Amino acid sequence: MKAKFLIPLLLFIVLVVFLAIGLNRDPHEVPSPLIDKPAPAFEIAQLSEAHQSFSPASMKGQVWILNVWASWCVACREEHPVLVDLAKSKMAPIIGLDYKDQREDALAMLAKQGNPYVLSAFDANGRVGIDYGVYGVPETYVIDKAGVIRFKHIGPLTMELLNKKIYPLISDLQKP
Amino acid sequence: MIPEFGHYALILALCVSLIQGVLPLVGAHQGRREWLMLARPAAQTVFLLLGIAFAILAWSFYVNDFSVLYVAEHSNSQLPVVYRLGAVWGGHEGSLLLWVFLLSTWTIMVAQLSKALDEFMVARVIGVLGLVISGLLLFVLTTSNPFMRLFPAAQDGRSLNPLLQDPGLVFHPPMLYMGYVGFSVAFAFAIASLLSGRLDAAWARWSRPWTTAAWIFLTLGIALGSWWAYYELGWGGWWFWDPVENASFIPWLVGTALLHSLAVTEKRGGFKSWTVLLAITAFSLSLLGTFLVRSGVLTSVHAFATDPRRGIFILIFLTLVVGSSLGLYAWRAPKSSLGGKFSLSSRETFILLGNVFLVVSAGSVLLGTLYPLLIDALHLGKISVGPPYFNSVFVPIMIPLLVLMGIGPWTSWKNSDLLVVIKRLWLAGLAAVLAGISIPLMMGEFTWLAGLGFLLAFWVIASGCLQIIRQAKAGKPTRSFIGMQVAHLGIAVFVIGVTMVGAYQEEKDVRMSAGETVSVGGYQIRLQDVNLVPGPNYQAMRGTFLLTKNGITQATLYPEKRNYFSSTMPMTEAAIDTGLTRDIYVSLGEELPDKSWAVRVYYKPFVDWIWGGCLLMALGGILAISDKRYRIQLKKQAS
Amino acid sequence: MKQILAIALCMLSFGFSFAKDAAPLADDPVTEQRLISISEEMRCLVCQNESLAGSRSDLANDLRREIRTLIKEGKSDEQIRSFMVERYGDFVLYRPPVKPITWLLWIGPFVILLIGILGLLTYLRRRNSAVTTIALSDDDNKKIDALLNNKNEREAS
Repeated sequence: MKAKFLIPLLLFIVLVVFLAIGLNRDPHEVPSPLIDKPAPAFEIAQLSEAHQSFSPASMKGQVWILNVWASWCVACREEHPVLVDLAKSKMAPIIGLDYKDQREDALAMLAKQGNPYVLSAFDANGRVGIDYGVYGVPETYVIDKAGVIRFKHIGPLTMELLNKKIYPLISDLQKP
Repeated sequence: MIPEFGHYALILALCVSLIQGVLPLVGAHQGRREWLMLARPAAQTVFLLLGIAFAILAWSFYVNDFSVLYVAEHSNSQLPVVYRLGAVWGGHEGSLLLWVFLLSTWTIMVAQLSKALDEFMVARVIGVLGLVISGLLLFVLTTSNPFMRLFPAAQDGRSLNPLLQDPGLVFHPPMLYMGYVGFSVAFAFAIASLLSGRLDAAWARWSRPWTTAAWIFLTLGIALGSWWAYYELGWGGWWFWDPVENASFIPWLVGTALLHSLAVTEKRGGFKSWTVLLAITAFSLSLLGTFLVRSGVLTSVHAFATDPRRGIFILIFLTLVVGSSLGLYAWRAPKSSLGGKFSLSSRETFILLGNVFLVVSAGSVLLGTLYPLLIDALHLGKISVGPPYFNSVFVPIMIPLLVLMGIGPWTSWKNSDLLVVIKRLWLAGLAAVLAGISIPLMMGEFTWLAGLGFLLAFWVIASGCLQIIRQAKAGKPTRSFIGMQVAHLGIAVFVIGVTMVGAYQEEKDVRMSAGETVSVGGYQIRLQDVNLVPGPNYQAMRGTFLLTKNGITQATLYPEKRNYFSSTMPMTEAAIDTGLTRDIYVSLGEELPDKSWAVRVYYKPFVDWIWGGCLLMALGGILAISDKRYRIQLKKQAS
Repeated sequence: MKQILAIALCMLSFGFSFAKDAAPLADDPVTEQRLISISEEMRCLVCQNESLAGSRSDLANDLRREIRTLIKEGKSDEQIRSFMVERYGDFVLYRPPVKPITWLLWIGPFVILLIGILGLLTYLRRRNSAVTTIALSDDDNKKIDALLNNKNEREAS
C-alpha cells in the first residue's frame, strides 16, 4: 500500500475529529473581549430615582455584579428568581442595567417579581449596552474591586452556574 | 391510520434496502449469482416503498392532517395548496425523506438503464447505493421520523416560514437534491470498480453520463436558490457565501472537476485513481454538506431545526461511508495501471491543470466555511469568515482557470503544438482586450476589476466562436462538442453578469410620498400610492410604482410589505421589472412617522445573465448527454 | 372649442405631474456610503448570518447609528473597526483579521495551489518516462481499419 494513497483518509479523519468537537460547541456563543479589561465608564440616570445618576466608579473597592435586563425580555423574567436568591445571599451587590426599556414597565416588573438590585441604571437608548458588548439580554458581569470585568455570562443565570462559577469567583475576588 | 402506513413503508424499505445493500455485494464477492440477481428487484421494491411513504406524507399535508407532528409544525390550513405541498420538504424530516427518495430514484434509473453492463458491476453499484439508502433510512427512523404523531392533534398548524412560501421553494430543494444525491451514482461506480479489483477505464465510460446528469441538476438547483434569494430576500444580493450555500457549491466545483477528469480517463485510460478519488470526494462532500446544514455546527441563515443528536448520527454515518471508501481507495487504487502517454502540452494536461484549480478552489471554500469551527474547537476564540474572505480568495483562483478554458479546447489529445495553438488564438486575445477596455468605458466608468471580468469573459467567448467556425468547416460537430461550447459560453455569460452587476449597479435609499419620483440607472420611478391589500394568509401594504424611461412607461411595479398571520416579522416582497439587459428592483421599507415610505430602488445591469449563464451551462450538459453515442446505447438496450 | 379646452387641460396636468424628487432616506449620503461599506463587512450579532448593513434588527439599527456618529466624528475605518472589535471581539468582522491564527486561512489556498500546479507538472513529466507506448505494425493497422469498417457498416444499416 503506497503511503500517498492514505493521505485522503488521514485528512478526512482529522476533519471528523474537528467536526466531532464542533458538535459540542455552540456557534452562537460569543466570548467577550472585555474579560480582564476595565469596566467601561459611564454615568446615566437611575431607574427609580431619575434625578440621581450612577457610575461604575462608585463601586470601586468592592466586588459587584452588573446584570443587564429588560421588562420586555422573556428570559430575564425566567432568571429573576435566581437573581433574587443571589441578592439574598448578600455575597455581592447587584446593580441592574435596564436596557432599552420603558420606565413604567421596568418598575412594574420589579414591583411584581421582586427587586434584587441595589439600584438599576436606566440605559434608554442602549448606548451603555454597546460599550459593554451587549447583544442578547440578559447578560451578567462580575466586576472586581479594581473595576475590572472578570466574568461575563450571556443568557439567563441558573442556580448551577451560580454555585459552580459565580459564588466561587466572588469569594476568590473578595480575598484581600 | 394512513400516516402509520407511511411509517411501515419506511420500516419495510429499510429491511429491503439492507437486502439490496448486503446480498449483491457479498454475492459478487463470492460469485453467487442468485444473490446478484436480487439487486434490481430489491431496488425496485425500495423505490416503490419510498414512493408510497413520500406520497403519504404529501397526502397528509394536502388534507391538513395536523395529527402528524411534522405537518403541524410546517403547515397551516390557510396555506395555499401549492405551498402545502412544498412544505413537505420545508423542514428537516421531510427534506431528508426527499433525499432518500431521490436516492432510490437514481438507483432505479441505474438499475433499469444498465442492462448492457456486466452483472457483477451492476450488482455492486446497486449494492453500494443500497447500503447508503439503508444508512439514511436508519437515520430517518431513529431521529427524524416525519410520521410522528401529535397527541392530541393540533387545531391548526404553525405554518410555513413566510420566506419559504414561494414558487422558488417548491423547486429549489428537489432540484438541488437531485444533483447532490446524483453524485452517489459516480460514487457507487467508483466503489464497485475498487471492490472488483479491476480499475479500468470502463467504469469511467459508464459513470460519465450519470455524473453529467447529476451535475446538470446541481447547477440548476444552485442557480434556483441564488435567484430565489435575490428576489425573495429583498436586499438584491444573489450570493452570500453562507455555509449552506457553500455546502452545495463545493460539491459542484469538485463535480465539475470530476466531469472533466472522467473525460481524460475515458479517452486515455489515465488518471483512474485520481478520478476515482474525485468521485468519492464529490459524494462525500454532499454528505458533509448534509451534516453541516442539519447539525447546528455552523451559523447560517438556512437554519434547519438543529439537534445535536442528529448531528452525531450523521457524523457517524459520514465517518463510516467516507472512511471505508477512502480506506478501500488506499488499499486498491495503487494497483491501477498508468494508462496512455501524453505530453505536457496536451489536452489531458490542460484538463488536469483545470482540475487543480477547481479542487483548490473547492478546498478554499471548505477551509473558509470550517475555519471558525476549527478555531473554536482549538479554544482559540471565535472568528467569522464571510464574503470579504471568499471573494478575495475565490476570484483570484478562478482567473487563471478562465484563461485555461479558452486555451484547453484548442489543444489535441496526447500531444499538441502550443505555438500553433497560440497562433490560432491571437484573434481571441485581441477581442478580449478590446472588450476589456471598451465595455467599461461604454458603461461610464473604467475599473480594473470590470475590465478584467470582461476581458476573461470575451476571451472564452471569442475562443469558443473560433472553435465553432473551425469545427464547422471540418464537418458536422458532435453534440458533445456543442455541449462543451454551450457550457463554457454559459460560464462566460455568468462572468459578464457578475461583472456588470458588481461594477455598475446603482442603489438609492429614499423616502417617498405619493407623487414623488426617484431616478436610478437612467430610469424614473414614481410612487402613485400605497394601499392595504389582503392576501390568503397575510395582510399587505402594497405600493404602486410607475417605471418610466425618457417619459415612456415601462412597467408598473407592486412591491409589498406583508404581515403574515402566523408570524410577527413583516416580510418584504420586492417588485422587479426584469429585462434582458437590466433589472429594476423596488423594495418597500417601513412607513415613516411623516407618513412617507422608506423605499429602496436598484438598477442592476445584466443581473439575469448570472442565472442565464447557469441555464446555458445546464443546457450544455444536456446536449452532451444527448450525444449520439449514448443514444445508440439506449436504442440498443431497448431492442 | 372643446378640443382646445381638452388639450389645454392635458397640458396643465402634465405640468402638475412634474413629480417632486424623493429625498434620500439618509441625512448625509456620503456618510451613508461609508456606513454601508463598513457595515457590510460586519456581522449582525443577533441574526443568523446577516450583515450589519442588511439586518433590520434593533441592535443592528443601534450599531449603525453608533457607526454613523463615529464617521461624523471623523474616525477612520480602522478606528471604527477597532471600536467594534473591542466590544464584540473578532467575531463581528466578516473579513478575518490577518494574524497568526488566520495565516493558514489566508495563505493556505495559494500555497496549496502552487504545490498542486508544480506537483502536477512534475508528476506528469515523471509519468511520461514511466509509460511505454506500443508501436503498432502496418499489419496491425490494416487489421484495425478492417474491423472499424465492418463496425461502421453494421451501424449504418
